[in-house]
Amino acid sequence: MIALAWPLLISIGLLLLALILLIGLTLLHSKIPTALRQIDAFDRLTRSVGLAVENGTRLHISLGRGSLFTTRGASALAGLAMLRKLTERTSLSDRPPVVTTGDASLAILSQDTLQSGYRAAGAEDQYRYSTGRLTGLTPFAYAAGTIPVTKDEQVSTNVFLGDFGSESALMVDAAERDNSTLIAASDNISAQSVFYATSQDPLIGEELFAAGAYVGAGPVHEASLTVQDILRWLIILAIVIGSGLKFLGVF
Amino acid sequence: MRLLATVFAIASGIIVLLGYFYPLPLLLQLRVLLTNWAVIIAAMTVLIGIYNLVAVHSEKISTGEKGSASSWVLIISLILTLVYLAYAVFSGSLEFATRVVADTFIVPVEASLMAILAVTLIYASIRLLRRRLDVMSVLFLVAAVLFLIAFMPTPYGPVPGDQAIAQFMNVFSTGGARGLLIGIALGVLLTGLRIIFGVDRPYGGQ
Repeated sequence: MIALAWPLLISIGLLLLALILLIGLTLLHSKIPTALRQIDAFDRLTRSVGLAVENGTRLHISLGRGSLFTTRGASALAGLAMLRKLTERTSLSDRPPVVTTGDASLAILSQDTLQSGYRAAGAEDQYRYSTGRLTGLTPFAYAAGTIPVTKDEQVSTNVFLGDFGSESALMVDAAERDNSTLIAASDNISAQSVFYATSQDPLIGEELFAAGAYVGAGPVHEASLTVQDILRWLIILAIVIGSGLKFLGVF
Repeated sequence: MRLLATVFAIASGIIVLLGYFYPLPLLLQLRVLLTNWAVIIAAMTVLIGIYNLVAVHSEKISTGEKGSASSWVLIISLILTLVYLAYAVFSGSLEFATRVVADTFIVPVEASLMAILAVTLIYASIRLLRRRLDVMSVLFLVAAVLFLIAFMPTPYGPVPGDQAIAQFMNVFSTGGARGLLIGIALGVLLTGLRIIFGVDRPYGGQ
């Protein structure tokens, strides 16, 4: 047997607890529905998606440049869950949504997600591979490749959701100059501060990971939010108790 | 095929996770093998991504879309760079050629964008209060200005009390950043679980 260090045991315990809670709350979803608090950005997104379909304008979703082989990829995966639902909703629009990414593997996944969204909406023949694009492999190349999409392709709503850096300011500025609706969230602290300064309803911190639940991606996404809340309270409790014990000189 | 992709993805995720938490020799070997495969796939996806880039811009050119002149520039630059680097590989001067391409084109262009970024951020900060006048926005701007005062160079040396200001502000910014990062880590954890157990499947068209 291999002896496990206690930080590793805590990690395993946290993981198992999260898994059990996720499964339990998903199964109990019909009996205990999740109450989602109002987030202005997601309300605006819902309105904008409807307007884009009515106006025949385009929805632009940028998933950042978080590599799927690092922890940065998780934010992009959260973006993909939202993309799937938005594709279903806008599949009958005159102009299909366009997705830009700064990572090659993410670009392929975005194409797959777009295709599955069209398939679910019964409009697979509407799917075009060119709507899922890799616009650049370095941060500024990605920004430079994304800006023309926001400006030249009759985009009415820009959704920036994923891993970005400070270069996101250039993309957000371009989107704002065209008076398009902007929904922006990132797991990166620098990008969050940029989005806070530049967007009307900024999404802060883990609100990025709530996107799926707010666009109706399913009970698992709503259960995920509840689990996040439970774990957050446990962590707060651990911090407070730990601080107290340290203050008392117990350890 | 889709089922196979899903089974393989879930099995890979679980093996890598178990290998991380419980480093048995067999699990470790499998973890390294799967990670190596992932690296090879990642390299291939870059090639596919470049093909996608060329295909999208070729379509722009053929349909005469707005901005097709930039598409021409992109495709010609890509071909010239590929030819130049291929020549460098055969002539044994790849390192020099890569440096020339980076120093001549990539670094100056990115430096220019960085300069524009600085102006864009200042402009965004100025417009923040016009866009959203609330306590948090004011605090955000005050914090940014105090940080600038603490760290900016002046012709007369550091601003008096710069260390104290930086230390004072760091208490709040570090605390806030940690709070945000804990929330993000929890989001990452739950997203990872959904992917590993196949609830979210952004692959295989599901």
